[in-house]
Formats: sequence, C-alpha cells, structure tokens
Amino acid sequence: MDQAAVPGRLDALWRIEGARIVAALARVTGDVGLAEDAAQDAVAEALAAWSRTGIPRNPGAWITAVAKRRAIDRWRRTELLQDRYQELARGAQDEAAPEWNPLPDDVLRLLFTACHPVLSTEAQVALTLRVVGSLRTDEIARLFLVPAATVQQRIVRARKTLAAARVPFEPPEPNEWTPRLRGVLHVIYLMFTEGYAATSGESWTRPDLAAEALRIGRILAGLVPRVPEAHALVALMEFSASRFAARTGPGGAPVLLADQDRTRWDRAQIERGRERLARADALSKELGRARGSYALQAAIAQCHATAVRADATDWPRIVLLYEALGRLSPGPVVELNRAVAVSMATGPEAALAVVNRLADEGALRGSHLLPSVRAELLARLGRTGEARAEFSAAAALARNLREREVLERRAAGL
Amino acid sequence: MKYMFIMRATEEAVQASKDIPFEQIINQMGAYNESMINAGVMLGGEGLADLSEGSGLVVDFSEDPPLVTDGPYGETHELFNGFWIVQVGSREEAAEWASRAPLGPGSKLEVRRVTEASDFADFADNEYIQKEELWRQEEENLNAGNK
Repeated sequence: MDQAAVPGRLDALWRIEGARIVAALARVTGDVGLAEDAAQDAVAEALAAWSRTGIPRNPGAWITAVAKRRAIDRWRRTELLQDRYQELARGAQDEAAPEWNPLPDDVLRLLFTACHPVLSTEAQVALTLRVVGSLRTDEIARLFLVPAATVQQRIVRARKTLAAARVPFEPPEPNEWTPRLRGVLHVIYLMFTEGYAATSGESWTRPDLAAEALRIGRILAGLVPRVPEAHALVALMEFSASRFAARTGPGGAPVLLADQDRTRWDRAQIERGRERLARADALSKELGRARGSYALQAAIAQCHATAVRADATDWPRIVLLYEALGRLSPGPVVELNRAVAVSMATGPEAALAVVNRLADEGALRGSHLLPSVRAELLARLGRTGEARAEFSAAAALARNLREREVLERRAAGL
Repeated sequence: MKYMFIMRATEEAVQASKDIPFEQIINQMGAYNESMINAGVMLGGEGLADLSEGSGLVVDFSEDPPLVTDGPYGETHELFNGFWIVQVGSREEAAEWASRAPLGPGSKLEVRRVTEASDFADFADNEYIQKEELWRQEEENLNAGNK
C-alpha cells in the first residue's frame, strides 16, 4: 500500500461509512457524543496503523471494532464507578461483530437524534452534517463561512445539551414520530436553502452546501421510503438545484429566474426531480393523503423547471399551488410568493393589494423581500418615484452582498 | 463533483460472465446500486445491450457526411457495457465506490470526472454568457418567490 494514499482513502471511507459507524456505536453506547469521539479515536489509529500494514479487507468493521474498544476506555477513564456504564461496556465487548452489517435504522436514529428539538437549529444543522453527512468540522465551517472553532463549539454544545436532556438514542415514540420527522425534513430544507440563496456573505450561492443537503435528503428518503414528504423534499431540492449553473452570472452576480438561460438548466436533474415528485404523489394517493407542503413547493418548482421560456410559465397554476400551500402552512413568505405569482397571472395591481396588506400587518419586517417585491410592482405600474424608494429600502436590508448590488442597481436604473 | 464510471470488459470476460446465473448478477448489481442510492450518491446509470443483438451502430466522422456502419467491433478489445453517474466529495471517494462494483477479472471501470459550469469559467465572453449579462442589466423583475 502506498503510504501517501492512506489519508485520502481514509477520508473517502469515512464519508461512505462514517454515519453507519457512528450509528452502530451510538446504539451500543446510547451516547452520540461518545460514539463520535470513539470513532474519531479509531480513525486516528487507522491512519497510523494502515500506513504500516496496509488497508484491511473490511475497513468499516476494523474502525468499528477499534472504536468500541476506545469507547470502553473512555468510560473507564470517566465513569469507572458507575455500574451502568460497566454493564454497557460488557455488552459492547460481547458484541464482537465479525460481519459488518449495521441496520440502516441506526442511521435513522442518528438523524433523529441530531435533529432533536432540544437543540437549536444551528446545532441541529451542524450536528447533522457532522454525524450523518460525515463531514469534518473544517469542511462544515467552510460551507457556512464561519471559523472551524465556531462549528466545533456548536457541536460540543449540542452534545452537552443532548446529554443534559438525557436524549435516548431511540426512534421517537409513535405519537411523536410525525412532528419529529417534520423536524428532520426542516433541518435538511434549511441546509439546502442556505446553500441555494445564502442569507449573508459575498457569494450568492453555496452549491456544495446544497449538494450535501441533497445527499442527506436522499439518504433520509432511502431510510423512510414510504414517507411521501421525504421524496417530495428531494424533488424540491432537485428542481431547485437544476438551476445552479444558470443562477450566477459573470462576477458572481445573481441571475433571476426570468432571465436565466434555460438551456443551462440540468435536464437530468429536472428529470430526477420529476420522478421523485411522481413517486411522492403516488405514495400520497396510496395512503389517501393530500399533497404536503414540500410536494406543493416541488410542484411549483416543477412548473418553472418545465417551462421552456419564462413567458411560457403556467402562472395561473402556480397561483393555485400557492393558495393550497397557504392553506396548509400559512405565512407571510408564502403570501408574498403568491402575490408575485398573481402579478404574473393577473397583473401588478391585484398583487400590490396583497403586498400592501402584508406590509400593513407588519409582516416580514426587517427583511428585504417585501420591499423588493413591492418595488417591482410599483415599477411595473409606472410609479417610478415610489419604486426607487422601495428598491433603496430593500437594498439597505439585504444581507447578501450580491443581492444588495442587484437592488441598488435597480434603484439607480429607474 | 460528479463522476462517470465507464464499464469496460474484454470479450472473454463477457463470455465468462455467461456461466454465472443471470439472477446472481442482477442481485449483485442491484445491491451495489442500492448501496449507492441509499448513500445519496448515485445520480443515474444504465447498462448497454449485448452487441450480438445487432443493437449498435457506429457513426464515423472521418467521412463527410459521417459514415454510419454496424460498427468495427471486431477491433475493439474492451467493450463499453454500461455506466454509472455518481456525485461525490472527492476523487478518492469516487475510487472507493468504483472499487466496490461487483465485477470480475477482465472487467475495468474507467472513472472520469464530469465537467461542470466552473470548467467553462474562462469562456466568460461566450455569447450565451454575454447574453445573460445583458439580460441582467435590463432585468426588470426581481421576483422574491422565484429567485
């Protein structure tokens, strides 16, 4: 074995096997933090050992076996007097696994634990990328443009919170299942949207982060293949991600949907989205359920993805889908999006009424979204002075540099 | 990053595989595909039909107009039998997945990175990219719902 190749090979193995190794250890130890530390010990050991001896036939099993021993060592050091741990340690020793074949359910438990509601959203996202996505702390830090120490801190704090709340490494109770699964879907969705349109920073998109979210989404859909919303979320992400190449122009400036070169959309990815949504819809039908909110959003994204030109978009259908979405999960962002669709289907006047009502309610205060939509509508109605003021207001509120530039240019260009 | 695994096998290897029960091959390939699907890395893949079925053609561009023939397969030492497309984090990860394919002696997987938009960053003066820039300047519709 070429020694120089070991670190790269180990990294690759960890990405492929990491979640299953941590999950299997967490099942034995009942403690995700300990499982992760022990796995890291084992990876460090593998790096040293494999450089001398070569890579074993079944590297995943090797790392798991060593990690189990390290977990026991860690217990001995810290919890020597506690019978409970000693008992668990004996159990772990007995369970010498010659065959490396952990249940996928363990990974599902891991996902539920990482997205546990006692954790903050930031912590859920960091921990999910770390233990389910098998990314290193510095990789996560790069995806979020924050220092590695910040990510490390979030993960340490998350583990302490899980330990303090005595969160068991178990799937949720049946009556908790639906809300908890919704939480997991939401974490993946947030991860994706942050990659799709970064809320802050100099770059408009972070395709790598979106790709990780999509990967974890696909893993989840594989783990719960009978849940329509899991497939629908993957479909939504596929449709949205299909536009990445067309969404950024020269110099990193955002190119908005109507202006994108549709020949640069990833047709294969759109096709994957279509297949996923069809699967989600078929499952819903079979289960006698209506489309959920991810399925509705995916259906909207599909309308855009399958319109050959911007002016061929089926806006009346999109309005209907937003209305359904608004009934299912009402909120100002959905309402604002509906207003945009109404402006395209019916005209700016009708849409402005919706937006004004939102503004009167004080919705989305502090966000650039509402003034930017209002500005567009006013501009289309020829109310230039008001439109310019709204664009400036929106620019002042935009936290993403690229988005701000576009808005400033619009204000100046009127 | 995306990679394509291109499956190639010698004629001998293809013949040898005919001694293995077809169901066994389907099961092994199925398990391999499933492992990549469940890991969220497999984007697609297809097998190519056996050439003995007369299913292939070659279009040769050395002639003008291009010459369409049944194909000079006799000269080909390694047949292209199928492909996978995977999305992974590194070259090593692609190699690791490729190594797990249930293939035998005489078979090879060629692992090739699929080009992405960033590979064409040097072509900023391309007409399509310029067209986009123009659109952006003329842009009249900032659409919060559809950014």
